[in-house]
Amino acid sequence: MALNRGGVAGGAGRVHPGDPSGKSPEQLKEEQEKREERVQKGLADDGGKKEVFRPTNDFVPVEYDPQYILMVNALKKYFPIKGGMVSKTVGYVRAVDGITFNLKRGTTMGLVGESGCGKTTAGRTILRLTGEKTGGQVLFNGKEVYDFSAKEMRSMRTKMQIIFQDPFSSLSPRLPVGEIIGESVREHNLVPKAEFNDYIDEIMDKCGLQPFHKERYPHEFSGGQRQRICIARALALNPEFVVCDEPVSALDVSIQAQIINLLKDLQEQYNLTYLFISHDLSVVEHISDTVGVMYLGNLVEYGETKDIFDNPLHPYTKALFSAIPIPDPTVRMNRIVLEGSIPSPANPPSGCKFHTRCANCMERCKVEAPVQREIEPGHYVVCHLYDNEGK
Amino acid sequence: MAKKKAEGYLSAKESRRISRENRRITNEFEKKRKRKNVPESEYLTEMHDPGNAVEFDNLHTYFFTDAGTVKSVDGVTFEVPIGKTVGVVGESGCGKSVTSLSLMQLLQRPQGQVVEGEIRLNMGDGKAYDVTKMPNEKLQELRGNYVSMIFQEPMTALNPVFRIGDQVSEVIALHNGEGKSKEEIAERSIALLKMVGIANSEGVYKMFPHELSGGMRQRVMIAMALACSPRIIIADEPTTALDVTIQAQVLDLLRNLKDKINSSIMFITHDLGVIAEMADYVVVMYAGRIVEKGLAEEIFAHPAHPYTIGLMASKPVVGKQVDKLYAIPGKVPNPINMPNYCYFKDRCEMCVAQCGGDYPHEVSLSATHKVSCYRYYDGKGEE
Repeated sequence: MALNRGGVAGGAGRVHPGDPSGKSPEQLKEEQEKREERVQKGLADDGGKKEVFRPTNDFVPVEYDPQYILMVNALKKYFPIKGGMVSKTVGYVRAVDGITFNLKRGTTMGLVGESGCGKTTAGRTILRLTGEKTGGQVLFNGKEVYDFSAKEMRSMRTKMQIIFQDPFSSLSPRLPVGEIIGESVREHNLVPKAEFNDYIDEIMDKCGLQPFHKERYPHEFSGGQRQRICIARALALNPEFVVCDEPVSALDVSIQAQIINLLKDLQEQYNLTYLFISHDLSVVEHISDTVGVMYLGNLVEYGETKDIFDNPLHPYTKALFSAIPIPDPTVRMNRIVLEGSIPSPANPPSGCKFHTRCANCMERCKVEAPVQREIEPGHYVVCHLYDNEGK
Repeated sequence: MAKKKAEGYLSAKESRRISRENRRITNEFEKKRKRKNVPESEYLTEMHDPGNAVEFDNLHTYFFTDAGTVKSVDGVTFEVPIGKTVGVVGESGCGKSVTSLSLMQLLQRPQGQVVEGEIRLNMGDGKAYDVTKMPNEKLQELRGNYVSMIFQEPMTALNPVFRIGDQVSEVIALHNGEGKSKEEIAERSIALLKMVGIANSEGVYKMFPHELSGGMRQRVMIAMALACSPRIIIADEPTTALDVTIQAQVLDLLRNLKDKINSSIMFITHDLGVIAEMADYVVVMYAGRIVEKGLAEEIFAHPAHPYTIGLMASKPVVGKQVDKLYAIPGKVPNPINMPNYCYFKDRCEMCVAQCGGDYPHEVSLSATHKVSCYRYYDGKGEE
């Protein structure tokens, strides 16, 4: 499946022959190209903004495959940059710029990348927490998440949950723990009133919290305990799919291990599906079945954990993995140090977005954006180096 | 009364009593500190080994809080040799930051006090100062010139209302600025920014902190710390807030700069991977005490203390698949009521019969490798 990355809907072919402006098709084509160029540079498309960001025709819609709980197809999320006197949109931050992956039921997918590469936005956009998407598809159990009405979405919320990054700011300091966990359960009428207390106790017990913790407030807990509260809150609704947004990065190493083990146990018990967002590669390798590597809004490589870690293909993945510190002083590693820092997603480089920092950059990379190729079964990479391999 | 009193509950009366007591103790310390014209002889000492840049000797740093005395650092002894990097590992709250703050004498006063022990700072030419007894004015000369610190959070350690250039220049003007014109100081600041690998150093000189990324801010912090070529750099989790790729850049930078100005680094982190890469010596701290110390190779090849072993097992390592991570059970004991036996006993899965006794003293496994654990009392280490 080709990953369309131009970010432009409707090629010149879509222009109607009887265009009212009376321009010849060549002229129109030229205009369209100029417009595309401007969009590539992240500038405002003053002429036909709506046309450019129309999400339809932008991708090949996928057929629902029941083995996948979540199918993400060319998903895009742009944030407008407002400027000028009348808050005109002067450009877009392309936080998520066309990512495609499928997630099997009961498995974990790790999403890794530098900060600012759009991992968190991807997770939130999948859950429809960032307003409208800009393009692409998110199929949850075969249904487009963005097609739900407000009422349907409300009931779907119990099926998909999120564990936030920072357990210190994502818990209301004014609510006791029992209320934090139970609020949504009561709101969705999941259990009869008589069983409510027992239900909360049971969930808390599963997550390693004591029943007497219910009356306490978040400030009385340590970081690890708070993260358990966050997990209990997400699991109280009996979800099928949980986005874990850096759940362990704020914790100490020994506590990290406890939380990771807890997440794994709960996955086995409830057959949960996780999207595990993290920048800690060793944690991701430990917990995930498949891994996606993101760079500047794009999924540059995606496949089984083993394939990705044993045989990283994309130059960015290689550099990223070589930067992992190994706790063994006798190992001197061949580190690929990436020069500079990640470019601005408001004005991404032309062609392949990684070409400005890539060691294997070719002339072609600067002009043409590569498409996603399947090098081995289930192992996808977006790079010109592999243009002659795979499909 | 029906309400059950929670663990650690203190009545107002009791709390007031503790607070009065604390004030009495801390006032005494503060009085001693605030004396004027302290003779040099009072804080002049001698290094036990002239090859060391700093020697921590039986350091006790306590915090006198209204809930009781917190023994943050409770008898810590280790050395930082000249030109070497010492890594200090441990969980949050184990006292690693307080140890470094004691060296800088930047403790939260008057609650935080060094109650016992010495920190000997090698001043060169056979001279050494005991930092804990030095008066404030003298310390001001040491900070920046001899010891400087890279703080943990590059996002909060820089002042958001001043330009980068002003903040770097301030350090130079304050510590090393005698007889220098403003232009010279600015020139030096730009050179420093260039040295830490900021390409557009003149542009960055005029920028505000919010215009820089995390990695760039950390570089600015490093530039500030290195402004006066200090003998000792304390790096307090300098890469924790950074991505792996940026972390790799910053670590490379620190290593190269250390060699360039021949200083020692005291590297504080909880990431064992970073320690393995940077440190020559490793000190493992737990609940205010050193449980194990030695050469990095020794610690990583033969971790001896159960805590070190647990710490290493609980971190997933790329390329080594395990089904379930080892998690150290339980949690750190309450710092106010520390048990009188080994602090790690309640979480330890390798206890022996003697563990109920006093806190174990240090056992030497080799000339450099020392561990505080009853399992090694018979004199020979276990595999």
